[in-house]
Amino acid sequence: MKKEFICIVCPRGCHITVDDEGTIEGYGCIRGKKYVEEEMHDPKRIVTSTVKTVFPERPRISCKTKEAVPKGKIFDVMDAINNVTVDEPLEIGDVVIEDVCDTGVDVILTKPVKSKASVNK
Amino acid sequence: MKDIIVIGGGAGGLAAALKAHEEDRDVFLVEREDELGGILGQCIHNGFGLEVFDEEYTGPEYADIYIERFLEAGIDYRVNTTVTGIKKHDDVFTVITSSKEEGIVEYESKVIIMTTGCYEKTRGAIQIPGDRPSGVLTAGIAQRYININGLMPGKKAFVLGSGDIGLIMARRMRLEGAEVLGVAEILPYSNGLNRNIVQCLHDFDIPLYLSHTVTDIIADDNNNLKQIIVQKVDDDFKPIGGSEKTFDVDVLLLAVGLIPEVTLIEDLDVDIDPLTNSVSINQAYETSVPGLFVAGNALQVHDLVDKVTKESERAGLAASASLDRSGEAKKEIHLKSGNHVGYVTPQRLDLNLKKEMPVVALRSKQEIEKAKLIIRQDGKEAAVFEKRLTFVLPAEMTMFEFPLDEVTGTGDLTVDLEVSS
Ligand SMILES: Cc1cc2nc3c(=O)[nH]c(=O)nc-3n(C[C@H](O)[C@H](O)[C@H](O)COP(=O)(O)OP(=O)(O)OC[C@H]3O[C@@H](n4cnc5c(N)ncnc54)[C@H](O)[C@@H]3O)c2cc1C
Repeated sequence: MKKEFICIVCPRGCHITVDDEGTIEGYGCIRGKKYVEEEMHDPKRIVTSTVKTVFPERPRISCKTKEAVPKGKIFDVMDAINNVTVDEPLEIGDVVIEDVCDTGVDVILTKPVKSKASVNK
Repeated sequence: MKDIIVIGGGAGGLAAALKAHEEDRDVFLVEREDELGGILGQCIHNGFGLEVFDEEYTGPEYADIYIERFLEAGIDYRVNTTVTGIKKHDDVFTVITSSKEEGIVEYESKVIIMTTGCYEKTRGAIQIPGDRPSGVLTAGIAQRYININGLMPGKKAFVLGSGDIGLIMARRMRLEGAEVLGVAEILPYSNGLNRNIVQCLHDFDIPLYLSHTVTDIIADDNNNLKQIIVQKVDDDFKPIGGSEKTFDVDVLLLAVGLIPEVTLIEDLDVDIDPLTNSVSINQAYETSVPGLFVAGNALQVHDLVDKVTKESERAGLAASASLDRSGEAKKEIHLKSGNHVGYVTPQRLDLNLKKEMPVVALRSKQEIEKAKLIIRQDGKEAAVFEKRLTFVLPAEMTMFEFPLDEVTGTGDLTVDLEVSS
C-alpha cells in the first residue's frame, strides 16, 4: 500500500508517495523528500493567530509560533494564545509566550502594537 | 507640484514609491486606512515572501519590511486619507483627497501610479437565490473582523469557493473554535494552492465538495442565517435535482473572486480590458492616459505578493523614466489573448520602448499539463516567440520575459497556449 502526500514546501505541490518499504518517490527536490519524512514521523505546523491587547485602537495583534509545533498540539497552542493579553506597546518579533505548551517554541508578535505610520507622522 | 503621486499604500504602492524615490523623484503616497501595508495586514497566515526573500513570512511581517524601508526613505505620505477623484488638465493631474484631519485637499502631479488593490465579489455578483439574512459575508470581510477587530462572525460555518482565501478562512474559523461544515467549489477542482488544501482542510478534516454550489439560503424569524442548501452541479454548472444537502449554519463565507479596484479612473476616459476587468496598459504599466500608471492587484489579481512587489517596482521605474520622456510619441501594437488564454498583460507594446524586455503575464483558461506558449504576428503561422511550459493552471499566473527587440514589423501580436503531448 502506497501512502500519498501532497508536498507543501513550495507552490509546485508534488505528489509524493511512500511504499511499505519506506521508499519515497515523486519528489521534485530534496526539501520535498525531507518534508515527507517529517510528515510520516513528526508532522509540524507553524500556528498563526492573534492575541488580545488592552489598546482600543488595536484590539488584536497578530502572532505566530516562531517555529513549527507538533500538529497534535495546534489546539492547545491556540488555547494558550487566546489566554494572553498584551498590555504594553510591544514590537514585531517580541515574545508573548515562552515555550508554548512545552514545545520549546516561543510565540512572537508578527506586527508592532503601535502602527509605525502614525508614530512617525 | 509632485513628480509622482502613488494611490494606495499596500505591497504594490510601497514598492512603486520606493523605486521612484530611488530614482530621485519627488514622491507622495496616499493611503485610505490608518496604517500602511494594505491587505497584508489582515493576512496573518504565513506563506509570503518565498520568491523575494526565500523566507516564509506572515502577511504583516512581509508588510513591515517594506513599511520600514518606506519610512526610512523619508517619502512624503498621508494615511487615513482617501482619494476621491482624479482630474487631468493639459499634462497635470489633480488628485482630490479627503481626510478627517485635513478635510478636502487637492494635490498636483505629473504622474500617477494607481496601486489601489482589488475588491471581493459579493452575493449579488453570483446570484444565489433565497433569503437575505445576516450571516452571509465575504471571506475578506470575515478575515478583517476576526484578525483585526477580534470579532467572530459565527459558530457554525460553511465556505463557498475553494481558492486560497476560502481555504485560509475555513482554517481560521476552525482554529478560533467554530465548526466548519465544509467548503463547496463549483469547479471540478480547487483553485487553491496544494499547501492550503493540505494545511487548511486535510489537517482539520474539513470536507471539500467539488462540483457543488450553494443553491438556497434560509433565514430564521430574526433574519439570521439558519440553513443553506448545497447541490452538485453538472458540466454546465446547472444544479442536479435530488443532490440537495442541507447544512445548519449561522455563517456563510463567500470566497468567489476578486475584481481590480479602478473605479477612480472613471472620469478619465481610460481604455479598459474586459478580460482583466481593469485598465489596459503597455509594457511600462502606462494606461491609454499618458502619465497614468497601474500595478499590483489594481491591474490584475495576483496570487503571490512577491509578484505584486516586483511588478510595482517595474512600474515605479517605468513611471520615473517617463518623466524624462514627456512629449515623445508612442508607437504601439496590441498583444491579444488567443487560444486557451484568459487574459494577458500588457495589452499593448510600445515599439519605442524596445530596449527593456517586457514582462508578460497571463492566465490560462484551463489546466494544461504540457503546454506550448506561442506568440504570432498578424495571424501568420510562424511564431515570433515560443516557450514550453509544464503544469499551467488557471489558478497560477504565468509570467515570462518577452524579447520584443527581436520582433520586426509593426503588426499586432497574439499569444496562444497549445496543448502538446
Ligand atoms: C486573503 C488573502 C490571502 C492571500 N494569501 C497570500 C499568500 O499566502 N501568499 C502570497 O504571496 N500572497 C497572498 N495574497 C496575495 C497578496 O497578499 C496580494 O496580492 C497583495 O498584498 C496585494 O497588494 P496590492 O498593493 O496590489 O493591494 P492591497 O494590499 O489591497 O493595497 C491597496 C491599498 O490601496 C488602498 N486604497 C484603495 N483605494 C484607495 C483610495 N481611493 N484612496 C486611498 N487609498 C486607497 C487600500 O486601502 C489598500 O491599502 C493573499 C491575498 C488575500 C486577499
